[in-house]
Amino acid sequence: MSAWEFFRGNWADILAHVQQHLLLVLISTSIAVAIGVPLGVLLTRHRRLRAPVLGLANIMQTVPSLALFGLLIPIPFIGGIGRSTAIIALVLYALLPIIRNTVTGILGVDPNVREAAVAMGMSDRQVLWQVELPLAMGVILTGIRVAVVITIGVAVIAAAVGAGGLGEYIFRGLRQFDNRLLLAGAVPSALMALIADFALGTLEQRFDASARRSSKNRSVLRRIAWASLALLVALGVWGVWRNSRRAASEPLNRARVVVGSKDFTESLLLGEIVAQLLEARGVAVERRFELGGNLAHQALVAGQIDCYPEYTGTSYVEILKHPPATDPRAVYEEVKREYAEKFRVEVGPPLGYSNDFAILVRGADARRLGLKTISDAVRYAPTWRAGFGQDFMSRSDGYAGFARAYNLKFSAPPREMDLSLTYRALASNQVDLIAGNSTDGLISALDLVQLDDDRRYFPPYEAVILARQDSVTRVGALREVLNLLSRAISTEDMRRLNYDVDGNRRDRQTVAREWIRKAVTSDK
Amino acid sequence: MLKDIPDQDSAGALVEFRDVSYSVPGVAAPIISGLNLTIERGETLVLLGESGCGKTTTLKLVNRLLLPTKGKVLVEGRATADWDARRLRRRTGYVIQEGGLFLHFTVERNVALVPSLENWEKERVRERVRELLALVGLEPKAFAHRYPRELSGGQRQRVGVARALAAEPPLLLMDEPFGALDPLTRTSLQREFADLSRRLGKTVIFVTHDVREALTVATRIGLMHAGRMVLLETPEKFLASEEEHARAYLETLRVGEGRVRDRRAGRHQ
Repeated sequence: MSAWEFFRGNWADILAHVQQHLLLVLISTSIAVAIGVPLGVLLTRHRRLRAPVLGLANIMQTVPSLALFGLLIPIPFIGGIGRSTAIIALVLYALLPIIRNTVTGILGVDPNVREAAVAMGMSDRQVLWQVELPLAMGVILTGIRVAVVITIGVAVIAAAVGAGGLGEYIFRGLRQFDNRLLLAGAVPSALMALIADFALGTLEQRFDASARRSSKNRSVLRRIAWASLALLVALGVWGVWRNSRRAASEPLNRARVVVGSKDFTESLLLGEIVAQLLEARGVAVERRFELGGNLAHQALVAGQIDCYPEYTGTSYVEILKHPPATDPRAVYEEVKREYAEKFRVEVGPPLGYSNDFAILVRGADARRLGLKTISDAVRYAPTWRAGFGQDFMSRSDGYAGFARAYNLKFSAPPREMDLSLTYRALASNQVDLIAGNSTDGLISALDLVQLDDDRRYFPPYEAVILARQDSVTRVGALREVLNLLSRAISTEDMRRLNYDVDGNRRDRQTVAREWIRKAVTSDK
Repeated sequence: MLKDIPDQDSAGALVEFRDVSYSVPGVAAPIISGLNLTIERGETLVLLGESGCGKTTTLKLVNRLLLPTKGKVLVEGRATADWDARRLRRRTGYVIQEGGLFLHFTVERNVALVPSLENWEKERVRERVRELLALVGLEPKAFAHRYPRELSGGQRQRVGVARALAAEPPLLLMDEPFGALDPLTRTSLQREFADLSRRLGKTVIFVTHDVREALTVATRIGLMHAGRMVLLETPEKFLASEEEHARAYLETLRVGEGRVRDRRAGRHQ
């Protein structure tokens, strides 16, 4: 299926994402204008505040967006996952150009004109509104334009905290090596940025007081500018309206559960399965998927989601900070006990498979060199390059311990890259060894071979569903679903499901639905 | 217009400086020191002096853009410090170089500024703008809807004067209003303006460094030097003055005229 056909087949979904994206941009730049312009005006009145406030806004812009999201999540009320966090981060990014241009614009007003205004008997407020702001409007609008274009770009990252938007396509596309998804995210956001830049740029000229002339020259360009701006705003507003209508049509007395997931296919699939099972039991489900890093855990503890799929090894090592252990049973029990105690979170019964770290090499290499275990690969490693996801590089049961356990040395320090890119890098000979996930559907699709962990270094990663205790008590169906999924999915199942999405490019909702129909007898 | 003036001797002094000094913190020499000056109704007082002599500061003390650090400036018998600043300024027309026009306002809105601030009725404002544009020699139909960028320097200056006159202030303050104009335009505007202010009976304080301009528009000339008023005379007596700074100014006049005379003479030979 070509990119064009994909666009045609999914235009409604793409449009919905465009609307989410626009809404994020509209709301956050509106807030940034509402804060930034008055703040800028204030700074022109209080010279001493100028340097510290502009400095702070400057620093805000240099904080990497993902880091900013991470910092905001634990903050009560304003933080957490979802749209509000994204909007706050976007506002912080948009502030600098708006404040700076407001200050520059107002200070740039000819002092003679300002003095004339005062001498005519205008009040401070009248000088501001009738003289300074109109004369500075061109410069202020430039700041707003820059802010809007920045926001359209940065809003892509908003998908990482579950705020939706076109970033969902981009993240998903990266994960699934699907260029059509990448294009579905990148093309509309680039178009949006271009349209906004052009339209606001044209309007700036209209407000450039120094060029003002009486000829009512309504150029075609300016009409197009107004029209395209109006179109963007209308699209966003339509999105709000649709959202609110959907929310209003939901009966209030239905039980509500927010299902989360991490940001990789398997977690998304499990989340989707849980969501569909709950929906089949009359529960209103909100999906907060694709939460990167530890966001899902933080959101669960903060009560912003009710449940999400997790792996016991991750909880044991990453969250509870234990040294890696090898006994699956012991790890599960310990995690269950400590989660109940520390987080008031229930660890559901094991789903029946584990997703361990899989050390992968190309099938061709494995056959040529007769590689079966990781130990077999140790003597070739000094001529190899390795590529690992950020996760594997940083976690305590990741690269450092792994290299030590096997006494592994590579020709160069491992390349750190996005996990989903490591598969592609391995298949295209960019690197020679990666650490993937044992249930990844791409392993067979890309003809990769998993080397056996013969020294039992990696801790077990049994899949489980984590759910807040109060949610399980509140929604009976959630308990039912947890029990239903006990030992319901085998490693083979999971690999196949993953490959259906990643390899066969099938829709994850459909894949989840089919699996439920086949495997869960009570839901036929 | 004059009925709410509190002053008893309103027939006489409109503005009075009583032992006024003005200095800026951190600067040793006062910008103005010990200035005593009475400006009668209907006169056009020209403050003449070189840059930095304090003439613009003197002007700004009148409409309370500045407050004296010592002494008092009385307008209509009341100290400027006791005036409501905005009320005082709206009763005082102010014209600066290039008119200080608002580039984002049409000529009409520029002229209508003070009447609008004073909440005049729309129709009355429009009527007044038309009247004023005609008064300063601009065809209302042709100019009302233009923007300042579309006017010549002389036209802008006329709009500046019209704006200052809009709310019928008894007092006009003018800070080198014709400074940026070419000599021909400047001369004709000076003449027109002198006529106009006399006709309207306005009291005018006019700042310039151009002695020729001073002689054209003034009923009295106040010569300032280093923050002090060194001479205060009618133009006739100014021309005859033996005061050293006045002589220096008059010398420039003679040099100019002398050269013109010499050239003419040369051509006749």
